[in-house]
Amino acid sequence: MRLFPVRGGIHPDYRKERTSESAIVALPLPAALYIPLQQHIGAASEAVVAVGDVVKKGQIVARSGGVVSAASHAPTSGRVAAVTDFTAPHPSGLPQPTIVIEPDGRDEWAADLPPGIDDPFAADPKAIRDRVAASGIVGMGGAAFPSAVKLNLGTQHKLETLLINGAECEPYLTCDDRLMREFAAEVVDGARVMAHALGAPRVVVGIETNKPQAIEAMTRAAAAFPDVTVVGVPVQYPMGSERHLTQAITGRETPARKLTADLGVVVHNVATARAVHHAVRFGRPLVRRVVTVSGGAIARPANVEAPLGTLVSELVAFCGGFSQPPRRVVNGGPMMGQPLPSLEVPVVKGMSGILALTLDETDEKPSQPCIRCGSCVTICPCGLVPVEMAAFIRHDNLDGAAKSGVMDCVSCGSCSYICPSHIPLVHFFNYAKGALNAKDRERRHLDQIKALAESHALRVEKQAAAKKAAAAAAAAARAQAAAAPLTDDDKANA
Amino acid sequence: MTTAYNDRAGPFTHAPTSVSKTMFTVLAALTPATLFNLWMFGWPAIFLFLVTVGSCVALEFLCVRIAGGSPEGAIGDGSVLITGWLLAVSLPPWAPWWVGVVAAVFAVALAKHAFGGLGQNVFNPAMVGRVVVLVSFPVQMTAWVAPRPLFSAGAPGFVESLGTTFGRNVSLDSISAASPLGFVKTELARGIPVDQSIVNVPGLADLLLGFHPGSMGEASVPLVLAGGLYLMWKRIISWHIPVSLLGTLFLMGTLFHAVDPARYAGGLFHLITGASFLGAFFIATDYVTSPVSKQGQIVFGIGIGLLTWIIRTYAGYPEGMAFAVLLMNALTPILDQHFRPRVFGRTRKGQPLPVKGDQ
Repeated sequence: MRLFPVRGGIHPDYRKERTSESAIVALPLPAALYIPLQQHIGAASEAVVAVGDVVKKGQIVARSGGVVSAASHAPTSGRVAAVTDFTAPHPSGLPQPTIVIEPDGRDEWAADLPPGIDDPFAADPKAIRDRVAASGIVGMGGAAFPSAVKLNLGTQHKLETLLINGAECEPYLTCDDRLMREFAAEVVDGARVMAHALGAPRVVVGIETNKPQAIEAMTRAAAAFPDVTVVGVPVQYPMGSERHLTQAITGRETPARKLTADLGVVVHNVATARAVHHAVRFGRPLVRRVVTVSGGAIARPANVEAPLGTLVSELVAFCGGFSQPPRRVVNGGPMMGQPLPSLEVPVVKGMSGILALTLDETDEKPSQPCIRCGSCVTICPCGLVPVEMAAFIRHDNLDGAAKSGVMDCVSCGSCSYICPSHIPLVHFFNYAKGALNAKDRERRHLDQIKALAESHALRVEKQAAAKKAAAAAAAAARAQAAAAPLTDDDKANA
Repeated sequence: MTTAYNDRAGPFTHAPTSVSKTMFTVLAALTPATLFNLWMFGWPAIFLFLVTVGSCVALEFLCVRIAGGSPEGAIGDGSVLITGWLLAVSLPPWAPWWVGVVAAVFAVALAKHAFGGLGQNVFNPAMVGRVVVLVSFPVQMTAWVAPRPLFSAGAPGFVESLGTTFGRNVSLDSISAASPLGFVKTELARGIPVDQSIVNVPGLADLLLGFHPGSMGEASVPLVLAGGLYLMWKRIISWHIPVSLLGTLFLMGTLFHAVDPARYAGGLFHLITGASFLGAFFIATDYVTSPVSKQGQIVFGIGIGLLTWIIRTYAGYPEGMAFAVLLMNALTPILDQHFRPRVFGRTRKGQPLPVKGDQ
């Protein structure tokens, strides 16, 4: 298959060999599971269980809280011990409402799970989307966008391709690699079901060529299906970015402020495809995920399949604990991952990795002045000029930064990675994007108030004018009545 | 938990790059050519080199100390060594010590630190230093000597050389000679056509190796080129500035030479005389004062090549590289504004790309 070049990018030290050969292992049931109500992009879900309720594995515990939201399910059977505030896996370290489940150790599936759909390709696409929504599936590559919403794109767009993202371009992470090697058939089936739900006639699986075994396994699994193509894409961070993978495979560039769906392409992660397979074929909701636990400070790096809600500290302990005090513990990959505020936070649906990194690995140094070397300009996969945007933001000139294109930044972090002066460029851009979004919300809010106030004033004015007109008409009628004696006709009318 | 985990945003990995690594790679690339130069011009050149670099480092220390920064850190990043080094090799090798000191003051204190220090200067510090002394002390700055390699017959000894660099009222008249570019220019002014005077300059091999009067950096094209290629291989510089600069210079020389050989020197002559190679690989490529985008760098290189050729051909000075670099430095902010990569998903004008079928 012909591939297309993608601009810029970097080639970081991948360090995937630490976990790429360790098969996925299941984590034994922990003592308690913590299910946050916000594990996804969009509205928080709403708890539908109360303290003391007995739940079975797969039973819904929180329902979707809006159009863009996702349900959550009990990862095992047990009892609801609390519905309380608990630290979220977010750099802020702020607590959020969380359902705490005490496992009973029996790990029994609920009896009333929906049945598997025997022939999903004969089913109505809407039935599949509903099943995916009911199963609480979100994008498992890290973005955690509700998958059912994304599967709806086919209703508004004419889609040609479902792109399955197996690039896994973040260093260290191998959970998708292992998933493709060990469960290739499930991934391919899930992908085909999703393509059916989307109305997309073909499936392309993009895998970076540093995962030859995954490419081989997936190619074998896809051999029976002419509509599925597996293709090795160049090892070039950020190949796993939706827009860049789309460009590499279709040669088409997603216009700014548009979706890949506008080009007829929808991108889903491989782990999401597997979750869809389980939901559609067996009626099983999303209750577990594979997490790569790695980094120089982890004693025995591994790929662990853990129930959602497991504490990160349990994952780390399962992997032998720390061999040395880590400098950073990161949720996700080292490029775009977020630092964790503590180890006592739960595993959530979008958590692809837990990395305990040493100072050697993070290579943190104080920033030095920019020497304008232009490396950031050369490698920016979005064609931006980071050095200029950073200068604007440093002077709090957000409009200048916006004009210079900061809202087109995908926050891949390549600029920060390459900068010889160790300037935290992408941090500047994330700050600016947040501030600009807040400003935009504020402006829209004010516009709304202004529109309401204006229409109110108009209404008041109209009412006053109407009143005045009525009063004037009445006065005129009175005057007329007083001035002119009534004619016979008038009498008749009156 | 013993670690402060979330006081810093990602990425949590970094390329093995740093400012000092970049700067010391440049110095390494300059070393072979400079050692050859120092050998060729002997003790006076070595003294002047040490005085110039030493003054630059001392001034950096002073300026950073006054500004309240860390002088050790500033010197450790290596940038001032490059400035001093390039400044030293752009001077006539037998110039008196105070020429180096005055040039250093203008380069480091004024061109660099008055603008805010590393990364903030508009003009290439070394070239500001050179141009100031060139304009202020034309006699000392055009007193070139023919190479007298160290330990060769006729080379000045250690003590004698101390006198040349640090002595008073040294007259170089007896030994001074014109650089090839200067010679051709003066002869032309006397009415001798270029194609007749050019046969009297050293041959191609001598020009290439640098066996002719000139500043240190004008010597030894192959070693400078090797250093430049090393920097490209190390990805410190890219081909854009050197190739566009040398290409323009060569093209202009060749074209005009073809039209009127009696008036214009050829392209090859322009390439291998003067500071063409040093300028193209080491001076014009200075990060701080050149554009950040590749497109901008190509325009920048073309501009320097063109201006160098114009100054050499029509202006009063035989060599124009330093002036050309400074003039294009002034244009760098404008080039940065106008020549930038196309943003992903947008047209060159910044509008979102049209969706197929939408048009």
